[in-house]
Amino acid sequence: MGELKLMKGNEVIAEAAIRYGADGYFGYPITPQSEIMETLMAQKPWETTGMVVLQAESEVASINMLYGGAACGKRVMTSSSSPGLSLMLEGVSYLAGAELPCLLVNVVRGGPGLGTIQPSQADYFQATKGGGHGDYQIIVLAPASVQEMNDFVGLGFDLAFKYRIPSLILSDGVIGQMMEKVEVSDYKPRWTDEEIQKISGSWATTGKTKNRERHIATSLDLQAEKMEEHNHKLQAKYREIEKNEVRYEEFQTDDAEYLLVAYGSSARICQKSVTLLRQKGIKVGLLRPITVWPFPSQRIAELANQVKGMLAVEMSAGQMVMDVKLAVNGKIPVSHFGRYGGVVHSPGEVVEAFEKQFLGGK
Amino acid sequence: MADIEIKDIIKKENLVYSKSKILTDNEMHYCPGCSHGTSHKLVAEVIEEMGIQEKTIGISPVGCSVLAYNYLDIDWQQAAHGRAPALATAAKRLMPDHFVFTYQGDGDLASIGTAEILHACNRGENITVIFVNNAIYGMTGGQMAPTTLIGMPTATSPYGREAALHGFPLKITELIAQLPGVAYVTRQSVHTPAAARKAKKAIRKGFENQEKKIGTSFIEIVSTCSSGWKLSPVASNQWMEEHMFKFYPLGDLKDAERDNEADYKKYIE
Amino acid sequence: MAKVRGAIVVDIEKCKGCGVCVTACPTNVIQLAKQVNGKGYNYAYMENPEACTGCANCALVCPDTVIEVYRVKV
Repeated sequence: MGELKLMKGNEVIAEAAIRYGADGYFGYPITPQSEIMETLMAQKPWETTGMVVLQAESEVASINMLYGGAACGKRVMTSSSSPGLSLMLEGVSYLAGAELPCLLVNVVRGGPGLGTIQPSQADYFQATKGGGHGDYQIIVLAPASVQEMNDFVGLGFDLAFKYRIPSLILSDGVIGQMMEKVEVSDYKPRWTDEEIQKISGSWATTGKTKNRERHIATSLDLQAEKMEEHNHKLQAKYREIEKNEVRYEEFQTDDAEYLLVAYGSSARICQKSVTLLRQKGIKVGLLRPITVWPFPSQRIAELANQVKGMLAVEMSAGQMVMDVKLAVNGKIPVSHFGRYGGVVHSPGEVVEAFEKQFLGGK
Repeated sequence: MADIEIKDIIKKENLVYSKSKILTDNEMHYCPGCSHGTSHKLVAEVIEEMGIQEKTIGISPVGCSVLAYNYLDIDWQQAAHGRAPALATAAKRLMPDHFVFTYQGDGDLASIGTAEILHACNRGENITVIFVNNAIYGMTGGQMAPTTLIGMPTATSPYGREAALHGFPLKITELIAQLPGVAYVTRQSVHTPAAARKAKKAIRKGFENQEKKIGTSFIEIVSTCSSGWKLSPVASNQWMEEHMFKFYPLGDLKDAERDNEADYKKYIE
Repeated sequence: MAKVRGAIVVDIEKCKGCGVCVTACPTNVIQLAKQVNGKGYNYAYMENPEACTGCANCALVCPDTVIEVYRVKV
């Protein structure tokens, strides 16, 4: 059993990164996630593990620093909140195109525009549909607890390097700011140069030695046919990830006649809603996607054979609900409920919305 | 006339100049007479002479030299437009024993990438910046650059650059020289043998400064773009001497080591 | 008195005929050919080979580095 601590979600991201043996963090302050860099700067990991921490001049610079670090085979990460992620998307597209592994954290706040600093889940489309230009995907992990903020740092890096792809922790202002008990991971050493050669030696730009061709980290190919070929390779990788890496959690679905689908902090709220509805004798279950890309479409399609209706509950005007509908493919009614713009719905509001939608407003 | 035949001169043992081993056999895509080719060559020769091929990481920009990675046989990272200094920052900080340089044009460095270059220099990143300034966007077809001279016609300033309409040409190298994190700032050209030799020395100094860890080295190479300028390569060189050098005069702007004033250290102390 | 003789070898097919070497040559050795190479460029060649001193100025400024230089004392 690892060390137990009481920590904020944001703080534990920093703690987990150091303990995991991350090589570098590059970021820019933005509410509600600034504690991540603040914690790193206070911890001074460059004196202990050798981890580089740098406050960049912008999110644009941060994401491109990730490109530079990731291309060297290093484990690098950044964190931001919604407007900052928007700025980073060009760089994320380049990282995806050049197949560079890295870890991103988005502690989502309400939008659009400068929006609010309160929690939101309105960046779902941006996170799961590529976001930037071109056909690409990134792995998106949606934590629902401070514990998962800790766990997904390591998982995110592991998946990123397994598939040479950016991983994103899609958190929100609730999880980022909330304090909870967390079992932090044990310290692991950073990769040595030899380990980097073993793991990423076939592509990392660590200096061209005599026994190999030069390595080029690029997303460019001026020949359309070659670029199509590269896209085929990327798509094959995405299918592989969809096959292997879908993660979700179910709550009281065994006998469920209705299903709530919710991720992140909305899923925590929905657990309570399920309990309230069951107290009224309505058999409701909850499916919580842990990976929102790849999305647990197959399991949702299976549950569409069991339940009479599904309600996607998210702090947005209806984004994940589209993926639920695609999975259900018209078989049963699928509806959406959520407060948005920075407002967090209550369990009671979810119950009310459910009853209105499926029980004729009882 | 000396009594030796050409075939007796052209012998392996008499070879005094040939292509650097760091240059690949790929034919460069640059237009005839382009300064990029000469600049690439000088960087390659410096890398070869310093024996640092295995420890050098180049960062290529967006612009004509986006494909620089096809020509120098070293590891490369290809950056998004203007962001090369951000990539270089991370690469150097994560691999401090490596030599990291960016190779950027004036659109990349002085327009879209202004923030990245200023802040990388201001942090005093131990990198070398090769800044090729030909006062025009070459790759996209000769549009106005931040460094385009007043009166100079381009595709997007067809009647000549006018300050009231387009703003003034940006002397970014002078701005960079003000920053305490910067160790060495120089402006060179590669259009004559003498100029190329001086430029090569400057590039070498820029790379050697990385070993000394004294801050950023910034080498501007005032260059031509005969396609964009719509002049022959030789006429471009003349035009550059007559017009470009007046606004962008050659020479060192700052040498903290020589002047014994590692400015950034004063700030730290 | 020792005299230096030089010669250049131009990779004709890679030469783009920019003429920068012509102006860089201090002894007016190089000219652009009336013929063209496979790409249609008037390539550089030694018009006055006996004047070449092998100084390598041409090779240094050649953007495509297609010139090799040889030098010998005679």
